[in-house]
Amino acid sequence: MTLSTFKNLLFSILFVSASVAGYASEDKETTDDKEFNAKEMILHHVKDAHEFHIIDVNEKPISIPLPIILWTDNGLTTFMSSAFHHDDSGHHVVEKNGMKFVKLHEKIYQLNGDANEVVFDEEHHPTNASMPIDLSITRNVFMMWVSVAVLLLIFLTTAKRYRKSDDKLPTGIAGFVEPLVVFVRDEIARPMIGEHKYKKYMPYLLTIFFFIWINNIFGLIPIINGANVSGNIAFTCTLAVFTFIITTFSGNKNYWKHIFWMPGVPVPMKIFLMPIEIIGMFVKPISLMIRLFANITAGHVIILALMSLIFVFKSVAIAPVSVAFSLFITVIEIIVTAIQAYIFTILSALYFGMATEEEHH
Amino acid sequence: MDLITPGFGLVFWTAITFLCLLFILRKFAWKPILGAVEDREEGIKSALASAENARKEMQNLKADNERILNEARAEREVMLKDARDIKAKMIADAKGEAQAQAAKMIEQAQTAIESEKKAAMAELRNQVASLSVDIAEKVVREELSNKDKQLKLVESMLSEATLN
Amino acid sequence: MTITGIAAIGAGLAAIGAGVGIGKIGGSAMEAMARQPEMHGKIQSSALILAAFVEAVALFGVVVAFLQG
Repeated sequence: MTLSTFKNLLFSILFVSASVAGYASEDKETTDDKEFNAKEMILHHVKDAHEFHIIDVNEKPISIPLPIILWTDNGLTTFMSSAFHHDDSGHHVVEKNGMKFVKLHEKIYQLNGDANEVVFDEEHHPTNASMPIDLSITRNVFMMWVSVAVLLLIFLTTAKRYRKSDDKLPTGIAGFVEPLVVFVRDEIARPMIGEHKYKKYMPYLLTIFFFIWINNIFGLIPIINGANVSGNIAFTCTLAVFTFIITTFSGNKNYWKHIFWMPGVPVPMKIFLMPIEIIGMFVKPISLMIRLFANITAGHVIILALMSLIFVFKSVAIAPVSVAFSLFITVIEIIVTAIQAYIFTILSALYFGMATEEEHH
Repeated sequence: MDLITPGFGLVFWTAITFLCLLFILRKFAWKPILGAVEDREEGIKSALASAENARKEMQNLKADNERILNEARAEREVMLKDARDIKAKMIADAKGEAQAQAAKMIEQAQTAIESEKKAAMAELRNQVASLSVDIAEKVVREELSNKDKQLKLVESMLSEATLN
Repeated sequence: MTITGIAAIGAGLAAIGAGVGIGKIGGSAMEAMARQPEMHGKIQSSALILAAFVEAVALFGVVVAFLQG
C-alpha cells in the first residue's frame, strides 16, 4: 500500500512537471522580444529573489510581493517588495523612514546621505550606497516556510494517528511515514552512530532528512522552480553548521585525541597529522554544504539550460527534444532529491558516530 | 561568485526555521512516532518471548505426559504378567488335583470291579455246582429208569473199563 | 581564452576524475553484490557514501567554475 501511494505521488509529480514545463516554455515564447540570455534567465531562477515572480503576461511581470525587512543604522525598516515595481536595476528609489533604498541584482542598497540615485563605477558597482543587513522574507524563505507547513501537516497528522489509535498500528499516512522513519533509524542512525547512542541524535537526523528532502522536492515543482531553497548555499551552509556544532559538542576525549595527538603513530607523524586533522574537522561540514548546494543547483541549471535551448535556437522544432531531455533529467533529479537528503543525513550521522566513538585498541 | 556567497538573511531565517521545526517535530512528532514504533517492537519481542516460553512449557508438559504414560504402561505390563502367572499356576494346580482325583476314582472302581468279579465267580461256581448236581441227578434218574438201559450202561462202562 | 573558459575546462577535468572514481566504486559494488547477494544492503549504502565523497571533489570543481562564472 505504501509503495503504491509513493508510486502515485511520483507519477503525479512527473505529470505536473511535464505539463507545466511545457506550459512555461510556450509562455516564454510570446513575451520574448528582446535577445534571450540563457545565463541570465538561469541565474535568475537559481538565485534568491525578493518577490515571488510567477509569470510574465504581455511583458508585465505578475508576482507575489514579499515583505522586505532591513536592519539599518536607524533600526528596523520594513516594506513590501512591490514598492520597487519589479525594478532590479537600481533605478527605482524607495523612500522609507527617511532612508532611500534601491534594488540592484536582488540586493538592497541604502543610498548614502542625500543622494537621489545610484552612481555606478565602471564595473557597475554602486559607489554611493551601502548594504544594510537584509532579513527580508525572500522567496526562498517563503518556500521554506511552505515546506515547513507541509512537514508539520504530515508529521503532526501522523503523530495524532498514533496517539488516537490504541493498537498503534500504522494506518493511513502513518503507513507512508513509518517506513521512512524506521529507515532513518535502522539504516542511518543505528549503523553509523551505534546501538547505545543513536537515540539522542534521532530527532536531529529525522528532521534534517525530511527537511532537506521536501525542500529538494519543492525545488523541482516547475511553477515554483525559482524557489531553489536547498540549492542555495545559505541554506546548506546553515544545516552544515548545525551538524558541525553538534559534532564538535558531542566529541568525546577519544575524538579530540584523534585530532590533536593521533594515537599509535610516531611523534613526528603526530605533529604532521594535527593540522591535517584540524583542517579535516572543517572540511567535513564544508563538503556537506557544497555537495547539497552543487547537486541541487546543477540539476536546476541543467533542466533550465535544456529548456532555454528552445529560445536559443528560436525554434519550436527543438521543443520536443528539449522537453524530453529535461523530463529525463527531472526524473533523475527526483531520485537525486532523495539520495542527497539521505547522504546529508548519513554523513551527519557518520560524523556524530566518529565524535562519540569509544576507544577500542 | 554571487551564487556561492551565503546571504545573511537566508542563513538567519533558515537557522530560526530549522530550530523551530526541530523543536516542534521533536516534541510532537518524533517522540510519539518513535515511541509507537518502539512500543510495537517491544510488544512483538515480548510476544515472541512468551510464545517461546509457552512452547517450552508445552514441551515440558508433553514430556511429563510421556513419562506418566510410560510408567502406566510398565505397570500394566507387570500386572498382566502377574495375572498370567497366577492363571498358569491355577490351571496347573487344578490339573494335578483332577488327575489325583481321577486316579483315586479309577483305583476304587478297580477294587470294586475286582470284588464284584470275585463275588460273581463264587456265585457262578455255586450255581454251576448245583446245576451239575441237578443235571447229574436228572441224568442218573433218567438212566436208571429202565433195566435195559441200566444194563447197557453198566456194560458200556465195563467195556470201557476193560479197554483201559 | 578567458578565465571563465579555463574554469570550465577545469570543471570538466574534475568531472572526468569523479566519473572514473564513481565508476570504479559502482563497478566494484556491483561485483561485490553479485558475489554476496546477502550483503546487498550494506554494500549499497557504503557505495553511496563513497560515491558522495568522490563526488564532493568534482563539486569543488563545479564551485570553482561558479566562482569564475
